[in-house]
Amino acid sequence: MNLWLGLIEVVRKIGAASLFLVSILQQCPAALTRPGLISQQVHNAGVRSLVIIMTSAFFVGMVIGLQGYDSLSRLRQEDILGAAVALTLFKELGPVVTGLLFAGRAGTALASEIGLMRATDQLSAMEVMAIDPIRRIVAPRFLGAVISVPLLTATFNAVGILGAWFVGVSVMGVDNGAFWSQMQQYVDPSDIFEGVAKSVVFGVTAGLVAVFEGYNSPPTAQGVGMATTKTVVTTSILVLIFDYIITAFLLQGH
Amino acid sequence: MDKSRTQEIGTGLFIFLGFAALLFLATQTTDLEDYGGDSGYQVTARFDDVAGLKVRAPVTMAGVNIGRVESIAFDNDRLDAVVTLRISPKFNRIPDDSDASILTAGLLGSKYVGLGPGGSDTYLTSDSEIQITQGAIVLEQLVSKFLFNQAEAGGGSGSTGSASP
Repeated sequence: MNLWLGLIEVVRKIGAASLFLVSILQQCPAALTRPGLISQQVHNAGVRSLVIIMTSAFFVGMVIGLQGYDSLSRLRQEDILGAAVALTLFKELGPVVTGLLFAGRAGTALASEIGLMRATDQLSAMEVMAIDPIRRIVAPRFLGAVISVPLLTATFNAVGILGAWFVGVSVMGVDNGAFWSQMQQYVDPSDIFEGVAKSVVFGVTAGLVAVFEGYNSPPTAQGVGMATTKTVVTTSILVLIFDYIITAFLLQGH
Repeated sequence: MDKSRTQEIGTGLFIFLGFAALLFLATQTTDLEDYGGDSGYQVTARFDDVAGLKVRAPVTMAGVNIGRVESIAFDNDRLDAVVTLRISPKFNRIPDDSDASILTAGLLGSKYVGLGPGGSDTYLTSDSEIQITQGAIVLEQLVSKFLFNQAEAGGGSGSTGSASP
């Protein structure tokens, strides 16, 4: 019985979040008329995530370089390290790790910010003043996330490649020319497109979950805390599920 | 006011950085310049077998990349494969009696089209057809041909050989 109620609750949340997405999208054109608000959110969500994204990317790149070198040298194929690292980063690790880090760094901030506005009745006050909180508060934050995540993913990929290059070429001694030429031979523009498509979906997911949980959080201190936790958990699960679905669809085309 | 200004500059720099990263990925990690749509001229070649050849596979001459496979089609009347090659405009002095064959990079590598030079004074131009072609060599056919030849050559000894133990 409890399980049944839980299932209904999940379905209800999916429905509520979808309806919320529709109402955000309806307000997006209006929100776009105030680009200052959006740029402020891109700054909050994107620019402030740069440090964590770039640091993680460099170390993720270095570790793939190291592990890739170890695996490939057993097959005497060290030269394709560049191609292996690039495909791993562009198609999988870049978008997914960026999505997860973004949920932890920016998603939580968004959810708790909006949750606290709800708890302190700021959202109700706006409604009283005939300002639509979705237009003024939610839509710019959502758009900020949607704009930031693909850009952060591209940055992650580029820094990751540099990290792998550093370990592979400078430390392990893979030939510099082979590293880049093998990468250029095996990486197709469609692989980069796959990563960008994923990052857009993850940006929408991370942004929507954060604003949804924040907007609908119970107006208590505990409720705001719950909303931040739920944001991280839900975004992480959804990112990984969507990752599989998108990969399955895109690989089918080959 | 000053704070919002630095914020806007930071945001602008971030967007710039993101697009710069994307540009880096698109240009440094792929051979995008080879995809330059309409540059180069098209040449067709008919093969009896193109097994394993893919669109965008390289076209080489003397081992140097000179173009890409643009499309692979099946001719319903002549029952063979029509492969359209796009060759870079730099290489405009390839004799029109050159031959094309489908080769394999390495032992198990991907298939590519190799052109061998002919001796003609006229050159391949847009929409000309390469007449002399050698299709893909399928490993199974090669093995079965080899076994068949073995059986043909040593027909008698083969049967005594199997009878002796």
